[in-house]
Amino acid sequence: MIELKKAGFSYGGGEIFRDVDLHLAQGTFHFLTGPSGTGKTTLMKMCYQALMPDSGTIKVFGRDVRAMNRDDVALVRRRIGVVHQDCQFLNHLSVGENVLLPSFVAGRDGLDDQRNLRELLKWVELEENIDQLPPELSGGERQRAALARAVILSPEVILADEPTGNLDWNMAQRLLTLLIELNKMGKTILVATHDMNLIRAARPHVAARVLRIQGKRVHLAGADL
Amino acid sequence: MGIVNGIQMILAGDKQADRVVPPAGFTARLTSFTAAVMSFLVVFALALSMATGRLADRWSAELSRTSTVRISAPEAQLEIQSERVMEILETTKGIASARLMRADEQHALLEPWFGPDLPLDNLPIPRLIEVVEESVGPDMEGLRFRLAAEAPGAVLDDHTRWRRPLVDAAARLRMLAVLSICLIGGALAAMITLAAQAALAANTQVIQVLRLVGAKDKYIAKAFVRRFTLRGFFGALFGSVCGMVAIFLLPSAAAEGAFLTGLGFSGMQWFIPLLIPLIAAILAFWATRIAANRTLARMN
Ligand SMILES: Nc1ncnc2c1ncn2[C@@H]1O[C@H](COP(=O)(O)OP(=O)(O)O)[C@@H](O)[C@H]1O
Ligand SMILES: [Mg+2]
Repeated sequence: MIELKKAGFSYGGGEIFRDVDLHLAQGTFHFLTGPSGTGKTTLMKMCYQALMPDSGTIKVFGRDVRAMNRDDVALVRRRIGVVHQDCQFLNHLSVGENVLLPSFVAGRDGLDDQRNLRELLKWVELEENIDQLPPELSGGERQRAALARAVILSPEVILADEPTGNLDWNMAQRLLTLLIELNKMGKTILVATHDMNLIRAARPHVAARVLRIQGKRVHLAGADL
Repeated sequence: MGIVNGIQMILAGDKQADRVVPPAGFTARLTSFTAAVMSFLVVFALALSMATGRLADRWSAELSRTSTVRISAPEAQLEIQSERVMEILETTKGIASARLMRADEQHALLEPWFGPDLPLDNLPIPRLIEVVEESVGPDMEGLRFRLAAEAPGAVLDDHTRWRRPLVDAAARLRMLAVLSICLIGGALAAMITLAAQAALAANTQVIQVLRLVGAKDKYIAKAFVRRFTLRGFFGALFGSVCGMVAIFLLPSAAAEGAFLTGLGFSGMQWFIPLLIPLIAAILAFWATRIAANRTLARMN
């Protein structure tokens, strides 16, 4: 689904990645770890074309990202659900409208999605909060709302950037369970986290592979977790 | 997007697309206000162009059709010269008719100037011949030449001399009015472009989020285009109606049809200013669309 070959990236002077090879095959579950500041968010941004690689190639759904125009990027993003580290809500819209936003901008007529919205919010236990504004939610509620928005269009790939960052352990486990459920439905999942406990908690339930960013490259971690 | 689609989009609207961009009270009101002011001015420029148009038409119609021959000569010569002039006029191509004015008609013409009691009979007043030209008038220079040769007391006054500059001025004024309308339209488009750019810049954050969830430029542009088109339309509607009321309330044209009191619309012309809101809406639509497409292409 997403494939990086010898991808390199730097912010101005600061090189973050060099010759990164990575393949997220369909239906797989990956964790992406590494200390804060090593480039987890940067790598995810390259996966949904918020950043372009300086060198090498990135293919998403078989297409080279360099050959895409802005409309192509928009269409690709409807097939990739992203839980952003900072959620990225529109604060003047209600939680319900924010979750439906991908459906609005895709110009879908919305009735099915409206029905989905109810179920989705029940699934992340936010039915009560549908009419609230995002700033009124707690950190955990915001991240669950972000997950609901990421899956509203039933995307093939889900990228979650530190989705449990603001959550207590109970809530973190619940969110993990939701992601594992999505994987069982066939979705390709990539979860960035520096929380090793979360990875250990996932082990019994899903055949997840762990990627570690080290020395500007992405390595498949051994069984030493 | 075709015109039909565009109109449909503007009229039908999209509640969600309208909501995704937060309302901007101040720019919105400024845009409507500017559209209203510009339209108000356009109504006057329109009225001016209509009035000068009518004036120019009337004057040029009159000046091309009549002229006068004035004969001043000693009493003894007057009759002979008058007959000679009439003969010449009747044999000149381009003249429909020539008529020697009767004494009482001449008196009527002079009365406003000298009063009814003046003993005109005792004064040596010139004879006047009223000439009505055909649509293609006579060769005025040739006619003047023949008259000078055969009736030295005759002076051909073809009115052109004093009316031509007036007609020219009216036509020029009309051109200026039309130019003003175009300039005001251009200024409105420029101002809406600026407002739309400001609105887009103020919503960079929102646009970024919309893009992250898969919005195409077209969708984002639409939200802005619809807004500014409606603002342009309603602002212009208000301004035009105010302008029309102001024109309507001008003192009505006096009998003399003096130039200034003739400013206004007549009959069907009253419908023309109603086009202003439509044109303003079209201007706003394109100005915003172009501004949005350009700004979005730059925002990456
Ligand atoms: N927009 C940016 N401009 C310059 N440097 C950046 C930018 N975003 C992130 N960085 C730097 O790139 C490095 C990796 O950042 P990030 O991908 O956010 O790491 P992580 O998500 O693993 O914490 C950090 O050192 C950060 O300071
Ligand atoms: Mg990060």
